[in-house]
Amino acid sequence: MQNTAIQVKGLQKSYKQLHVLNGVDFEVKQGSIFALLGSNGAGKTTIVKILTTLLKQDSGIAAVNRFDVALKPEHVRQSISLTGQFAAVDEILTGRENLIMMGKLRHLNNPRQVTEDLLHRFGLTDAANRRVSTYSGGMRRRLDLAMSLVGKPHLIFLDEPTTGLDPEARIEVWKIVKELADGGTTVFLTTQYLEEAEQLADRIAILHEGRIIANGTLSELKKLFPQAKVEYVEKQPTLEEIFLAIVGKKEEK
Amino acid sequence: MEAIQKHFFSDIGVMFGRSMRHIFRSMDTIITVTIMPIAFMLLFVYVFGGAIQSGADNYVNYLLPGILLIAIASGISYTAYRLFIDMQRGLFERLHSMPIARSTILWGHVLTSLVSNAISVVVIILVALFMGFRSSAGVLSWLAVAGILALFTLTLTWIAVIAGLSAKSVDGASAFSYPILFLPFISSAFVPTKSMPPVVRAFADNQPVNSIVDAVRSLLAGRHVGNDIWIALAWCLGILVVAYVFAMRVYKHKVS
Repeated sequence: MQNTAIQVKGLQKSYKQLHVLNGVDFEVKQGSIFALLGSNGAGKTTIVKILTTLLKQDSGIAAVNRFDVALKPEHVRQSISLTGQFAAVDEILTGRENLIMMGKLRHLNNPRQVTEDLLHRFGLTDAANRRVSTYSGGMRRRLDLAMSLVGKPHLIFLDEPTTGLDPEARIEVWKIVKELADGGTTVFLTTQYLEEAEQLADRIAILHEGRIIANGTLSELKKLFPQAKVEYVEKQPTLEEIFLAIVGKKEEK
Repeated sequence: MEAIQKHFFSDIGVMFGRSMRHIFRSMDTIITVTIMPIAFMLLFVYVFGGAIQSGADNYVNYLLPGILLIAIASGISYTAYRLFIDMQRGLFERLHSMPIARSTILWGHVLTSLVSNAISVVVIILVALFMGFRSSAGVLSWLAVAGILALFTLTLTWIAVIAGLSAKSVDGASAFSYPILFLPFISSAFVPTKSMPPVVRAFADNQPVNSIVDAVRSLLAGRHVGNDIWIALAWCLGILVVAYVFAMRVYKHKVS
């Protein structure tokens, strides 16, 4: 189990009468991208909150980097970072100030240097001295991700990182997530977009009615379906492809 | 974890620096917590003041304690507001999943509330000096005034924490301060309670703000304070303890 980043067994959680999680089991390998797929209200955020020590489960075991989240939350918090569903950025501060604040709270020796590096990496250097309230949705999300990366956490939780973003911004986020995983960071992401899971994840788990009903690589999941038939269909570009072609190849920057 | 303990105060300092920036960048906050009370003071001294029989030869001296309490009461509504925004925007979750003490964010707001209100109080006193406010109070009396005002701020701050944590909307987060803002008007802050009808007077004489106003006024005038200061302290401490316990319960409920 040396290379297991997250282990979850029999996780249960109810809010009053509502059983959100009914025995969830899964494991996430270190350095991989794991996508938890499910519709709205399936309990994805509840799982993220339990794993990031924000919420206590009713029963079952959850371990992050081999530390039990309920028993050793301080140890868990040392190595994780959470990017929640809504960009948790300070609107009144500038982008630079937001990052420096995170650097100080992570007790880095060189918060300013780390800040400049991240601003550059996320294409925010030009906007660094502007208040975040003037940022677009995509810029906010980029800053949000950059703030999560301050201090180089080993494991990063992304709760619906692209919900509410336009297609270009979504592709930017995908690029960042891929780079993170290439650099050895474990990524746990939740999404309701099938395409996102398909694009990014090494393993995909489907959460439905409080249980994981399928868990595997994309090709494993595809095998669960009947053999593919060969059909000839004229391939029409999707509206997203048209949109992206018209507005230019921003993602290649 | 020792590391978390070790950084506790510097972390609060980071959060404090951040919310002070919020205040100085928000014209709305500066207007409400400093310019409005000063406008009230100008209005009462130069418009209504001539008609008010305060019994003091200098109405600014009479009025100042009440104005300071109004400034503090409007200041703490912003504490609730900032707390609410942090919770709503997910900053609580971000910080609570980081290796820092969980109460950092709360204490950062409490410290900000104390310091920012102290700044508005000082600014208002400086303006009052221009308007003819004079005090024969010694150093000890000034310290006592500072202590009472700080305690009053702290008490209201913990009430603000309850409001900020349990509010469902931005408006709800700051609405709790209106009744508090009103209390100085139904006290001896602007006119002596002697002039009020018996029922109103009974309320005015026995509500918390009245004793604070009277105690601060006596201290600033260099008069004997009497029992007012003890009644004022008892009110503040009593409400502070109840508000703190309740705020912590709300907080624990919110974060677990």
